[in-house]
Amino acid sequence: MSEAIRVDALVKTFGRTRALDGLDLAVQTGEVHGFLGPNGAGKSTTIRILLGLLHADGGTARLLGGDPWRDATELHRRLAYVPGDVTLWPNLSGGEVIDLLGRLRGGLDTRRRAELLERFDLDPSKKGRTYSKGNRQKVALVAALASDVDLLLLDEPTSGLDPLMEEVFRQVIREEQQRDGRTVLLSSHILAEVEALCDRVTIIREGRAVETGTLAGMRHLTRTSIQVDLAGPATGLDTLPGVHDLQTHNGTVRFDVDTAALDAVLRQLTTVGIRSLTSQPPTLEELFLRHYDRAPANGKQQTEVAR
Amino acid sequence: MNSLTGTRALARLALRLDRVRLTVWVLGLAVMPMATAANYFKLYPTEAELRAVSGVLANPSLVALSGPLFDVSIGGLTAWKIGVTEFILVALMSLLTVVRHTRTEEEAGRLELVRATVIGRHAPLTAALLVTGLANLAIAVLTALGLMATGLPAAGSVAFGLATGLVGMLFAAVAAVAVQLTESARAATGLAGAVLGGTYLLRAVGDTGPTWLSWLSPTGWALHMRPYGGERWWVAALFVVVAAVFTTTGYALAGRRDVGAGLLPERPGPVAASPGLRSPLALAWRLHRGLLLGWAVGLALTGAVLGGAAAGIGDLETPNQQLTDILTRMGGRNGLTDAFLAAIFGLTGMVAAAYTVQVTLRLRQEESSGRVEVLLATRVGRLRWAASHLTFALLGTALLLAVAGLAGGIAYGAQVHDVGGQTGRLLGAALVQVPAAWVLAGLGTALVGLAPRLSSLAWAALIGSVLLVELGALFGLSQWIVDLTPFAHVPKLPGSAFTVTPMLWLTVVALALGAAGLAGLRRRDMPVA
Repeated sequence: MSEAIRVDALVKTFGRTRALDGLDLAVQTGEVHGFLGPNGAGKSTTIRILLGLLHADGGTARLLGGDPWRDATELHRRLAYVPGDVTLWPNLSGGEVIDLLGRLRGGLDTRRRAELLERFDLDPSKKGRTYSKGNRQKVALVAALASDVDLLLLDEPTSGLDPLMEEVFRQVIREEQQRDGRTVLLSSHILAEVEALCDRVTIIREGRAVETGTLAGMRHLTRTSIQVDLAGPATGLDTLPGVHDLQTHNGTVRFDVDTAALDAVLRQLTTVGIRSLTSQPPTLEELFLRHYDRAPANGKQQTEVAR
Repeated sequence: MNSLTGTRALARLALRLDRVRLTVWVLGLAVMPMATAANYFKLYPTEAELRAVSGVLANPSLVALSGPLFDVSIGGLTAWKIGVTEFILVALMSLLTVVRHTRTEEEAGRLELVRATVIGRHAPLTAALLVTGLANLAIAVLTALGLMATGLPAAGSVAFGLATGLVGMLFAAVAAVAVQLTESARAATGLAGAVLGGTYLLRAVGDTGPTWLSWLSPTGWALHMRPYGGERWWVAALFVVVAAVFTTTGYALAGRRDVGAGLLPERPGPVAASPGLRSPLALAWRLHRGLLLGWAVGLALTGAVLGGAAAGIGDLETPNQQLTDILTRMGGRNGLTDAFLAAIFGLTGMVAAAYTVQVTLRLRQEESSGRVEVLLATRVGRLRWAASHLTFALLGTALLLAVAGLAGGIAYGAQVHDVGGQTGRLLGAALVQVPAAWVLAGLGTALVGLAPRLSSLAWAALIGSVLLVELGALFGLSQWIVDLTPFAHVPKLPGSAFTVTPMLWLTVVALALGAAGLAGLRRRDMPVA
């Protein structure tokens, strides 16, 4: 089985809203696949269909070689899920929830459980109602990661975590990558996280996949915006490869540069002499706007960056 | 900013959120007494007919259930017939409204958002009490006007409306304290509801024997304001004083605690799950055991208190010869006691059905809270998950009724020196209610499976059942309408003959509804918001 997840032309409507509009998604076994999209793009709906919670209105979905709706309980032995919005039973402790979910999945590695609790700095004795959003998410993460499963479905798992814990999460997922055959579908709207972890990425918008491929292949999407005050005239910049949307105004130069060309561009700038420099990685939103050829007027974008 | 800033905005929000719900409550509670009075005018147009029926109605077993009849008149009869039902419903409306706009909001985290705006510390509680007060005022005024419109005397009508509104406000005040004590809205509702149940029991016992007990109970006070029977206006002061005490306590407690917190400190739980917590059923046990225990204690008390009271009924004076004749035909004093016992177990069946509905609708709560998602993402299938909760709805109900029957049998048996015989008899009287309560579990399951957004209609079905059983005959409704409620088919034990056919039918209906619901649950999307 080379494909852990295969989704073709998936359609799902809720009343008049078309949440999924012919979505395609393919996740290879053993890869960490980034599932990117803004809020309401259909990421959670897709994952719920893959879990057999929602019934697709059209198209096909295959999960670990089975039908996610028909074979739900069979398939669920082999996967673990972390919802984007974790709610816990108010009167059960975090430790109890972790154990319960692990057992319902078919077993829990107790050593791994203890290690994860330690690394995520989670107190398992607190009751569900007293956890913060981030801590509830940690409970679900520990329960999922301590289970011995083939597939992890993670729906925006770090949206409530602090940067320190986000780093722990990245380390843990990287370790998962080392283990054989474990597949991860990581839904997110945080580009940096996806960049750091994922082998391949699918970007969805309004219920449709607009881009899919390896990160290297999508390198063109990641540009850095630079604003720089130079000691002299900005010569030679426009001829450098990887420089886009170059503008000069009263000695202030603004442009976007492909990440791969950054080094060469900075060399060129230092030869002229830098007085001040601001750089800003593109937000996911800007990438989407660019993708749809609906970029905001350059001037406006630049003033925001310049602040 | 003072502690009440923003009250008006919050009250408007609450009215907006509750516009349908409160309108239904207000109109329902205002129309019920009026319709009762209008029917009595039709049924008993002459004084003689009125006297005859009043004599029969005021027999001791009915006095325990509905309170004493203070005046032989259409007004007196109306206040007596509808009073207890009206007071219990208005109390329920009030405590549910207060809990909904305070602890429910707080538990859901919405209050945090609201309190971060320009809202004073006491504004949410004040707004909740204000809205509840407004609803009670509307009920009091409309009830009084409605009763006057049927031609009843103004003083009695005003007294009845006033009593209704005051009972409502008193329980709003009780809820204002309850919501400070617990962290969950469910527990707060349970606490205030337990107080309501307790006051009903006190009054029932007080009205059959030691009258002073009835003076400990607000529902008793409301009856003893004696609408149409020489009104005692000073009783209103009791309500005002006690409601003020509770309200003040509520505010004092609210001022001392943090948002989201209760007064009892949260204790840490176990670091790991016990070995037994490994199935949906084990989880359901964890989630339901507290509720089941609370209900069991409540129903054991109810059974014991009313069973004990039943023993005294045969000794009471009957008001006239005519009643004595009827009773003799019914089987004498024992017939009277049996009729009372049958009536209380009929009521107990409907009360236990509230537990049935509560537990069945837990399915929906688990779904809309999102907790079901992580469970269904494990190898637990939907049917297994649903079965785990329905086990408690079905067996829990049977257990509760058994507890009520045993407690009633032992208490009554001890008084008449026949514990062995009476325990079995009353256990039977309680257990015949089980299939009828199960029909509501079936209905709840059907709603959750087929029309999840409408699942709270199961509560409407329960309230409708109570009203049909209590008032159906009075309103001269056709038998087929009264027969819509499962409780109309339960054999009236002890006293009447036991027939197995209706029990079988009720069970079949419950199972059919449940099966339809589960089939729908298997097929539909989850979670539905």
